[in-house]
Amino acid sequence: MAMLRAVKTAFLPRFSSLISTARSVSTLVVAEHEGGAIKGPSISAVEAAKALGDGNLISILVAGSGPSLQEAAAHAASCHPSISQVLVAYSDKFTHSLAEPWARLVHLVQQKGGYSHILAAANSFGKNILPRAAALLDVSPITDVIDISGSSQFVRPIYAGNALCTVRYTGTSPCMLTIRSTSFPVPAISADTKSNEARISQVDLSTFGEDSVGKSRYVQHTSQDTERPDLGSARIVVTGGRGLKSAENFKMIEKLAEKLGAAVGATRAAVDAGFVPNDLQVGQTGKIVAPELYMAFGVSGAIQHIAGMRDSRVIVAVNKDSDAPIFQVADYGLVGDLFEVIPELLEKLPEKK
Amino acid sequence: MKVLVAVKRVVDYAVKIRVKPDKSGVETQNVKMSMNPFCEIALEEALRIKEAGLASEVVAVSMGSAQCVDTLRTGLAMGADRGIHVEATGALYPLTVAKVLKALVEVEKPRLIIMGKQAIDDDCNQTGQMVAGLLGWPQGTFASKVLLDREKQLATVEREVDGGLETLCLDLPAVITTDLRLNQPRYATLPNIMKAKSKVIKKYTPQELNVEIKSDLEVIEVTEPPKRKAGVIVSSVDELIDKLKNEAHVI
Ligand SMILES: Cc1cc2nc3c(=O)[nH]c(=O)nc-3n(C[C@H](O)[C@H](O)[C@H](O)COP(=O)(O)OP(=O)(O)OC[C@H]3O[C@@H](n4cnc5c(N)ncnc54)[C@H](O)[C@@H]3O)c2cc1C
Repeated sequence: MAMLRAVKTAFLPRFSSLISTARSVSTLVVAEHEGGAIKGPSISAVEAAKALGDGNLISILVAGSGPSLQEAAAHAASCHPSISQVLVAYSDKFTHSLAEPWARLVHLVQQKGGYSHILAAANSFGKNILPRAAALLDVSPITDVIDISGSSQFVRPIYAGNALCTVRYTGTSPCMLTIRSTSFPVPAISADTKSNEARISQVDLSTFGEDSVGKSRYVQHTSQDTERPDLGSARIVVTGGRGLKSAENFKMIEKLAEKLGAAVGATRAAVDAGFVPNDLQVGQTGKIVAPELYMAFGVSGAIQHIAGMRDSRVIVAVNKDSDAPIFQVADYGLVGDLFEVIPELLEKLPEKK
Repeated sequence: MKVLVAVKRVVDYAVKIRVKPDKSGVETQNVKMSMNPFCEIALEEALRIKEAGLASEVVAVSMGSAQCVDTLRTGLAMGADRGIHVEATGALYPLTVAKVLKALVEVEKPRLIIMGKQAIDDDCNQTGQMVAGLLGWPQGTFASKVLLDREKQLATVEREVDGGLETLCLDLPAVITTDLRLNQPRYATLPNIMKAKSKVIKKYTPQELNVEIKSDLEVIEVTEPPKRKAGVIVSSVDELIDKLKNEAHVI
């Protein structure tokens, strides 16, 4: 009996505090939607939220206006089985994901919901909004999380991915994270489970603070329409660097990508030289990709470029300089002139099924 | 109109960094340090705004150890009018830097803050957004083009976003963070380096600005990323296709 009591006093306090921390995990995922559907990187943020603790109640926040918001809310309710609640904020103010109204919205929803964690994708949407919302809530956000252990320990790359930093969040709630989507792929089974539809509720905007809202206005968006798969989630990426020499020559990369059903990527040098638009840049300051196959043509392999593709499963490099640093990370390297290699590849590669 | 530019001293972008054996961080002793490339772009943009007659003064600010003065001198040599050094030791997280900047805004009353979109050491991409949030100012992040209208007190900012480019119109005062393609920063010329020596750098401590340095993050360890296993050099396109098909099974 005495021994039992001793065991109890020794173990109970720790045990109960474990329970209370587990219970207190509740997550808000701030989601981006387009054309009536939640975007892939936001669904990856939901996937990441699962790792924060058992029994984590996950809510997803969508905001905007018009019929596409209703579609997006319906999609949010069924896009991932771990989502238990969809919060919908309906207002013209949220139509263009401007940081000022969105950060206010996150602040408002947090005041009502008291979440332990707030997550968003580490893309241009999440990186723009989340730090502003964190400042309003007086907490330090954590950028580009690639691994989660429990509710407060995270790993993120620093120095262009040349070091990994494990940090513990010791502040007050909410703990705010942006998530690197390639590190939290959504399994196909959970992606199309329609079984448990989450509850949808409206956010009451009657107390929405207007202070900095309206000080920024959306003017326009320009993009190049492309039939090709999205760079961030493509299974194969074909990238061209300065070695392509001109926008005209870069079309060879596009042809090869077409043949492989791949997305097209580029180095900063190729973008700066005007071969392709900026949103194709892969690297520390461009997009992060981790496809099954990454093929780099005329790319030297600078630190800042490697940062964006080093987690690809198989890397192929074609470069005429056998000392190019890209060969240090390539699984298969071919030393040669890309102007000979690409046409030969185009001729010999099997037609995609 | 006054423009405030925040500049950070970081390990030079071309240095191959080394993780310390005790995993406490990255080696910064005896390593070449420079101004963060995005901050150079921010300063260049502020200088161009002044040269276009749209701003009266460009003030460069840096926070951190005593050596930040070197970074400020570089900024003054590029053409900034004055410097402010907020001396602090230890890790400074974006939330603290944003609070210091907010305190300086109360002293200096600028109409525009320009800063880099991220520092290439911590890769946070937070500070500009946070200071804008604290001030209640609008933000134009990842800017690739900035147009100022002094009469209407507006900034039109073209931003690099995932799907292409987005244009926003901001009421001044505002915060702008720079992307790589905003401009090509100038080099400091020798006469300007000489001139910079006599420009003023004002010193503050965070305490003098009533900013408390508290941290809600603790670094547990810094490690090297997993190494990729050595690859092979193939000798022909046929061999490459064969390997991709039959060894890696990716095509
Ligand atoms: C702050 C900062 C951020 C940056 N962010 C990024 C980023 O996000 N992404 C990025 O990519 N870069 C980034 N950079 C730039 C980076 O440092 C490099 O300058 C850039 O990646 C080089 O691009 P490249 O490999 O196409 O060009 P180069 O370095 O010029 O290499 C061209 C290569 O092509 C080869 N080549 C030439 N002709 C042929 C041929 N006929 N056949 C075969 N091979 C040929 C050459 O041997 C050479 O290796 C950044 C730099 C800084 C300072």
